Amino acid sequence: MKSPAPYRRIANEVHPPHLYPDYKSSLARAPSHALVRVKQTLSEITGPSRSRDWRDGDADLTHANGGEALGERIMVAGRVLDEDERPVSGALIEIWQANAGGRYAHPSDQHGAPLDPHFTGIGRTVSDDRGAYQFMTIKPGAYPWGNHPNAWRPNHIHFSLFGAGLATRLVTQMYFPGDPLLELDPIFQSVPDEAARSRLVAKFDIDVTQPNYALGYRFDFVLRGRAATPMEA
Amino acid sequence: MALPTSSQTVGPFFSCGLLRNPLNDLVRPETRGDRITIVGRVLDGDGVPVPDAMIEIWQANADGRYRHPEDDQEARLDPAFEGFGRVGTDANGAFRFNTIKPGAVPGPDAKLQAPHINVTVFARGLLNHLSTRIYLSGEVLNATDKWLQAVKESRRRTLIATPENAPGAHVYHFDIVLQGKDETVFFDF
Repeated sequence: MKSPAPYRRIANEVHPPHLYPDYKSSLARAPSHALVRVKQTLSEITGPSRSRDWRDGDADLTHANGGEALGERIMVAGRVLDEDERPVSGALIEIWQANAGGRYAHPSDQHGAPLDPHFTGIGRTVSDDRGAYQFMTIKPGAYPWGNHPNAWRPNHIHFSLFGAGLATRLVTQMYFPGDPLLELDPIFQSVPDEAARSRLVAKFDIDVTQPNYALGYRFDFVLRGRAATPMEA
Repeated sequence: MALPTSSQTVGPFFSCGLLRNPLNDLVRPETRGDRITIVGRVLDGDGVPVPDAMIEIWQANADGRYRHPEDDQEARLDPAFEGFGRVGTDANGAFRFNTIKPGAVPGPDAKLQAPHINVTVFARGLLNHLSTRIYLSGEVLNATDKWLQAVKESRRRTLIATPENAPGAHVYHFDIVLQGKDETVFFDF
């Protein structure tokens, strides 16, 4: 068989370190040994993104249980690209988020803000041939958490992506421009590189808005690109 | 050239979004191959079970072929096997997958790798997901597998699932220890 090209390595400053003491949950869960560096094989270049059962999307989160969700409607749209800015089509994109009051429809969320019976906060879609995707949703509220005294998470939407291979798996969070909580948030601040951090903040985009209906934010993803040469034979 | 998007933790509330349809039984009646069950727990650096982790697995079919356009080996695809699973840990940090023993797939040196299941671990507290592999105890190819050889001998056992004594079933035990003395080997590729 032919040898597919492996994925390029990512610079150290792009991803957070495993141990980031300001984020308390990392203290007992981050590995203490260095990761063992290995060469990619067919196991990492392949991956589950093309699984047949995932084509059913639900990219509009603003209606549930026979009613309309409360809060500020937003369209989040963008593209999934690789480092060479080539579109990644067929990527499964899953999102989950708090409602407009800052509460998740999750049994472990004990925050006192109200649940919204018409908002489940979960969505799923697949990027198209241009790598494009979009979700219609509600701007999530900020909420307190127990990391340190008076800790608040900034407004954010969680994203999970399956690119073409296991090596491109990505889970991240999208933030909103101008949020004063960003500089106080240890999860956001755990990304070492300032430019990399700023790329986790969506851009307001008037062209993404739906006139008379929803504000629009643009958020692109960049997954690992391919190395120039095939896997070592 | 564009810079890659940074990773962030899944946090504590992912299950509503990612585990709507838990996939921990990969086997249908017509799936080819030897049935195996993988059971284990996720533990933190204090030995405390992690009740809010998610484990994803990805593996080749019984003939050693992945269901993916870039695997163009001659080995047969199995219409009854996708190769992907994911499940959350329970209150005791435990997880279970019913699957089949994967066939051996070629490595970068064109030699066969030992049969293995690729594992990705997500949890609150993990700012990046972790990657490891489940190898099976007693496999001849374990002795020559390049990834196992890249690991210090004293830590290799953390990658090898061990059979449990369960009559009539091939049950393998594989704990994922996130930190500390018995820490599972995690890979960077």
